[in-house]
Amino acid sequence: MKKKPFIHPYIPNSAPAIREAMLRRIGVRDVEALFVEIPERLRFRGTMKLPAPIVSEYELRRHVEQILGKNRTCREYLNFRGAGCWQHYVPAVVDEVVNRSEFLTAYCGASYSDLGKYQTRFEFYSQMGELLNMDVVTEPIYDWGTAAGYAIRMAARMTGRNEVLLPRVIDPERLSVIKNLCQPPTMASHIAVRHMDCDRQTGCLDLEDLKAKISSKTAAVYVENPSYLGLIEDQGDEIGNIAHEKGALFIVGVDPISLGVLKPPADYGADIACGDVQPLGTHMQCGGSLSGFMAFRDEEIYVAECPLMMYSIVETENEGEFAFAEVLAERTSYGLRDKGKDWVGTASGLWTIGAAVYLALMGPQGMREVGEVIIQKCHYAMHLLSELKGVKIVFSGSPFKEFVVNFDESGRSVSDINKALLEHGIFGGKDITQEFPAYGQSAMYCVTEIHTKEDIQRLVSALKEVLP
Amino acid sequence: MKDLKLRRYHAPVWSEPVIMTMGQKGERGIRVPGVDEEIANRVGQARSLIPDGMRRKEQPRLPELSQPHVLRHYLRLSQQTLGMETGIDISEGTCTMKYSPKVNEQIARSPQVLEVHPLQDEETIQGILEIVYRFDQLLQEISGMDGFSFQPGGGSHATYTNACVFRKYHDLRGELEQRREIITTVFSHPCNAATAATAGFDVITLMPDENGYPDLEALKAVVSERTAGLMMTNPEDTGIYNPRIDEFVRTVHDAGGLCFYDQANANGILGIARAREAGFDACHFNLHKTFSSPHGCEGPACGAYGVRGELTALLPVPVVTFDGEKYHLDDHRSRSIGKIRSFLGNLQCVVKAYAWTMSMGAEGLVQVAETSVLNNNYLEKMLLEIKGVTKPYAEGKTRLDQVRYSLEKLKNETGIGTVEVQRRMVDFGIQSYWMSHHPWIVPEPFTPEPCETYSKEDCEYWAAVIRQACEEAYANPDTIVNAPHHQTVARMRSIEDVDDPEKWAMTWRAFQRKSKHHKSDGSRQR
Repeated sequence: MKKKPFIHPYIPNSAPAIREAMLRRIGVRDVEALFVEIPERLRFRGTMKLPAPIVSEYELRRHVEQILGKNRTCREYLNFRGAGCWQHYVPAVVDEVVNRSEFLTAYCGASYSDLGKYQTRFEFYSQMGELLNMDVVTEPIYDWGTAAGYAIRMAARMTGRNEVLLPRVIDPERLSVIKNLCQPPTMASHIAVRHMDCDRQTGCLDLEDLKAKISSKTAAVYVENPSYLGLIEDQGDEIGNIAHEKGALFIVGVDPISLGVLKPPADYGADIACGDVQPLGTHMQCGGSLSGFMAFRDEEIYVAECPLMMYSIVETENEGEFAFAEVLAERTSYGLRDKGKDWVGTASGLWTIGAAVYLALMGPQGMREVGEVIIQKCHYAMHLLSELKGVKIVFSGSPFKEFVVNFDESGRSVSDINKALLEHGIFGGKDITQEFPAYGQSAMYCVTEIHTKEDIQRLVSALKEVLP
Repeated sequence: MKDLKLRRYHAPVWSEPVIMTMGQKGERGIRVPGVDEEIANRVGQARSLIPDGMRRKEQPRLPELSQPHVLRHYLRLSQQTLGMETGIDISEGTCTMKYSPKVNEQIARSPQVLEVHPLQDEETIQGILEIVYRFDQLLQEISGMDGFSFQPGGGSHATYTNACVFRKYHDLRGELEQRREIITTVFSHPCNAATAATAGFDVITLMPDENGYPDLEALKAVVSERTAGLMMTNPEDTGIYNPRIDEFVRTVHDAGGLCFYDQANANGILGIARAREAGFDACHFNLHKTFSSPHGCEGPACGAYGVRGELTALLPVPVVTFDGEKYHLDDHRSRSIGKIRSFLGNLQCVVKAYAWTMSMGAEGLVQVAETSVLNNNYLEKMLLEIKGVTKPYAEGKTRLDQVRYSLEKLKNETGIGTVEVQRRMVDFGIQSYWMSHHPWIVPEPFTPEPCETYSKEDCEYWAAVIRQACEEAYANPDTIVNAPHHQTVARMRSIEDVDDPEKWAMTWRAFQRKSKHHKSDGSRQR
């Protein structure tokens, strides 16, 4: 049976004459002969019921763009949602570099052929190291939750203990990721998750509760700064001391864009810092730009227990010239399979390249200014909202870029308010009433450097109309 | 074969310093939006808004460069990266370095993808949800599974998701205490073993039989009421198709275990053989491999994870549903494993994979499989004619999309092995090849994968480079021992330093601290 040739622009060897020449050289009559090892009972002999191919590029573009056109974007709408994926400005040069064919399409070529990739990565580690005041920064992983889960698992291995303390107020999605990594109680290597209360008033950690719950079983105390609900935790030194006194590690999840103005975790005793690279030069992409990072002190035990790959700068035979090579490759899951440290694999490399460019553009002044601008705008929005009737700011602590607003006295639900705001072209704050019922009808608003005074005032005016 | 001349390639040499040493104090690469006077008057200075003790005292020692210089630096570094598109990336076997269509990149860079927040109201993300839903349907047909999740951010993340699903399944049935063992094969990707272990399972790894096939008798010997499941690849990294795969599945099913098919690389069997016909309960596809989303220097990626029947209830939340009019995010699924990553996954990869699949259709997908297998067998023909190259195992059997070759003979006869050849091949403008996962069962291994992106001539060039390197090994070993010669930098000195805690340096600050002889002459190259 002679099939009509299917000539596809992505497949150079589509043309029948080429295929025949190749088959002749191989010494078989047709392509079917190359599948001879697959027994008939395992062959799929039907035709997959898929839509007919859209082979013209123009029609394909029309088709996909028409579907995507149903999305509304944060360019058309004024967005106040954050909660783990934040709208920050992405400099044009960052886009230019991450979209370079070489970076976009490279994978894991060895040290020489993809040297530029490795140098850019090293510059990411080096700049993150300055931001975090830590000497070791690892390759990235999927997201903050996985980075935190890996840090907790490292702590469990390093201390030989099987309990971790987390704040009660934590992103439920991140918590679910962490809990999966900590395994259910029936598993032998289960790590028990215990929660520390937060002060109802300030939103910061309740140190007394931490003291009551920490024990000789505690592998690590994990906190976030700013906390999930946006507050700057200023008791880092005390938390670190309490953890260390009990022989536990102190792990801090941190928003890197805050570090131009906020003290880095290492300065208040953190042993491991982790978080998401996403604020540093990536578009939100519906959450497709998450990239977990991890950093720690330059001590052998941390490096040996860390599952993520690390690369060291190495001198070449030419004086003053550098290349980059993997550190302790053997210990990873590539080296030791199930006996390695957790696992490692393709994750989110491109975003570290974007972050390297972002930090180089921003420099120390840019990082300081962006932190200052964010915190001022955030407070401004908080001030204006607090003046609205029926609106209360839930915590007295200091926010960085997110704060929680309570609408109980307005008599309206967050869900209703957000629906109404949508009509005004606004994505209102994230509804947290299901996540934290104790805070009533509350929403978490996110304000960053991208919001102008007018944007914030527009939100206020809209809320005035929406609220009774 | 046309008379092939090897290219006179040389990688760009910019002698580009590390950015930490570049720039001048006070230069700016970008200015950030300012604060309106009214805001400043209202809230006061930023310093006053930060609790005492939490203010950063010393500014981070980031470089200070003007914008054109930042751009120039990273453009030079990008040029010093071969990437996939400029070379002939047949080299990275098991990775399926196929063409990522530019039109799909452009589509995925529209504001409708870039500027969307994952927590927007459902009605404002109908477009992306529709893509997810439609692509799920396509993959169901391609695999025979009943539902997919795109939450896993890579292939290993998908195998981890599977380990979590198997764990949940047995937990829900009250058998988890007993079913603690996951079985895999040594030629399956190491992540199957590693993620099962991370999920808390004991891992049993089957060694191949004398012909390189997974050993069914070995499986029968270890399978028991303790078996939680099987996680394996087929064809394995060797390119050998296991014709008894359904017997493996049946053996594990009979013992009450589940079976997962690692289809990270399914390029050689699209439309030819499916997970369903072999009886598997679950499988995954790497959208950044088989489905053309670019590799991005190791991500963003997506390990699309699919399951059958009752396992669909266990998939990570949320799941995209369709009521005939609107698409929804279903978060209320009591049997779900929960989350393995925040939000919905790398949906830009799904957009690209959807567009690619729609450009192929059923016929195109079969064409992809046929062409990659054709290319592989054509390449094999040429490689096996090269002195020093052999193909261990499964003699006389046809391989599918890749082959794990051996340079053991070359090593025995010349002292030059696969590491040296890998270092030499890049001198001819092609990517360094993938050798093998560990352990090296095949001695002195290398694993090319000439997927459908590569032409007959590309295959010929690639083979000619390996021939050149092997001939040098016999005739002119110094050339290969001292390689590479045409790269951006010279060979690394004292590579063993990277395993020495006193000497390794993962950041510039660590390097400065540790390198006693480091010259800080203050010169800043431009």
